[in-house]
Amino acid sequence: MNWASWGDFWNMGGYGLYVWGSYAVTLVCVFAEVVSVRRQFSGQMVRLLRVRRATVRGAGNETET
Amino acid sequence: MNSSVKAVSDKLSAAPGGINWFKYASPQTFYPLAGRLIPLFAWPALLLFAVGLYVSFFVAPTDATQGDSYRIIFIHVPAAWMSMIIYLAMAFWCALGMIFNTRLSFMMSQALAPTGAIWTFLALWTGALWGKPTWGAWWVWDARLTSELILLFLYLGYMALVAAMDDPRRADRAGAVVAIVGAINVPIIYFSVKWWNTLHQGASVSMTSAPKMASIMLMGMLIMALAAWAYSIAVVLVRVRAIMLERERNTDWVAQMLENRP
Amino acid sequence: MKPRHKRMMLIGGGVAALALSATLVLSAFQKNLVFFFSPSQVANKEAPQNRTFRIGGLVEAGSVKREADGLTTTFVVTDTANRIAVSYKGALPDLFKEGKGVVTQGKLDAGGLFVASEVLAKHDENYMPPEAAHAVDQAQKAQKSVVQN
Repeated sequence: MNWASWGDFWNMGGYGLYVWGSYAVTLVCVFAEVVSVRRQFSGQMVRLLRVRRATVRGAGNETET
Repeated sequence: MNSSVKAVSDKLSAAPGGINWFKYASPQTFYPLAGRLIPLFAWPALLLFAVGLYVSFFVAPTDATQGDSYRIIFIHVPAAWMSMIIYLAMAFWCALGMIFNTRLSFMMSQALAPTGAIWTFLALWTGALWGKPTWGAWWVWDARLTSELILLFLYLGYMALVAAMDDPRRADRAGAVVAIVGAINVPIIYFSVKWWNTLHQGASVSMTSAPKMASIMLMGMLIMALAAWAYSIAVVLVRVRAIMLERERNTDWVAQMLENRP
Repeated sequence: MKPRHKRMMLIGGGVAALALSATLVLSAFQKNLVFFFSPSQVANKEAPQNRTFRIGGLVEAGSVKREADGLTTTFVVTDTANRIAVSYKGALPDLFKEGKGVVTQGKLDAGGLFVASEVLAKHDENYMPPEAAHAVDQAQKAQKSVVQN
């Protein structure tokens, strides 16, 4: 174990700002990318399903009239 | 498909015992396959990141000259590796797409670009935060840093060009030119520290010599690199599925796939 | 504007941007590829005259001195063949140490003293725990004493 205490750990031998600045931004980027690709995918899916429902309903109306 | 390509594909599919790779080039085969692969990469990525971070911060000792600021290496080097490998993968898919005229290849390339750009940004960002305490400067215009910055512009240029063009087939081809021409920058980045005087140090890990790191430090870095690989593959597969749905929305296979959904 | 023209303009713009960036890159590299000059290159007059440039090498052991004003530091940069005396006013990076790599930007004055405006530490690609570094040091000292005997 490298650290005597949590304070020691966050301080990173005086380089805390640099080390945690690196890891925090990495975490934010990874998190944002995961959220964004999932949203991109589900957004496409929802749109396709909506279009399909609309065309099915449209076709149904045509046969009725 | 022109006749020579057809002949090649026939030969490949006729090869005894061989896999017909062109089968996987068709979106309707690849889409469900990609869906099944995603968890196989996403969960290992999570596990590898957890183990890698544990080794990086709690197992690996402090460095003799740089103290704990060296711990930035565990994210900096994997990010820089991914930034170069993903660009090569992008150029590879574009070249494949140009040769065999497979639309899936271009979709792969377009799915790779944002992830590559993010890794490039992270390599530059973590590099700046590492350079300030060790070198004494956030940024210098040496060959290594400059060529990595150019890589970021290549990614952004590729993405902007593809997004700016209305006709996807033309966007594919224009983007492919940037991706393939720009690939020349990757060996320049890699060898810059050997070819020219740079402030950036040489490679700690290379194929030609023994690693210049204590083995436990190297272990942490390699686990983080594996995590970055697994993460990138998972994210790119999700993105390529989204791109496939968008570009193939009027095809039979998408209609059928929607039909089969509960 | 016809869509065909728009496409052509976009492709033209893309190619132009690519060509421009390639030109910029090559010209920037031409100037910056030599990030620093070694003391031997300076001795051979290969370094630019009358403008700032960077020199790189090792900080000579025992050469670092603090001036009385508490701000100015003087040291010698060496590539083992030639040496250049440097004077610098300001804070030094953490990794600035005697016997270690350094890159410094500045100008040569009439007396041959390099007046630096920036000092950067250049570290190597070796990473090891302090105990290992200590062991390596001891081994090197032992080897030296064997050679001297």
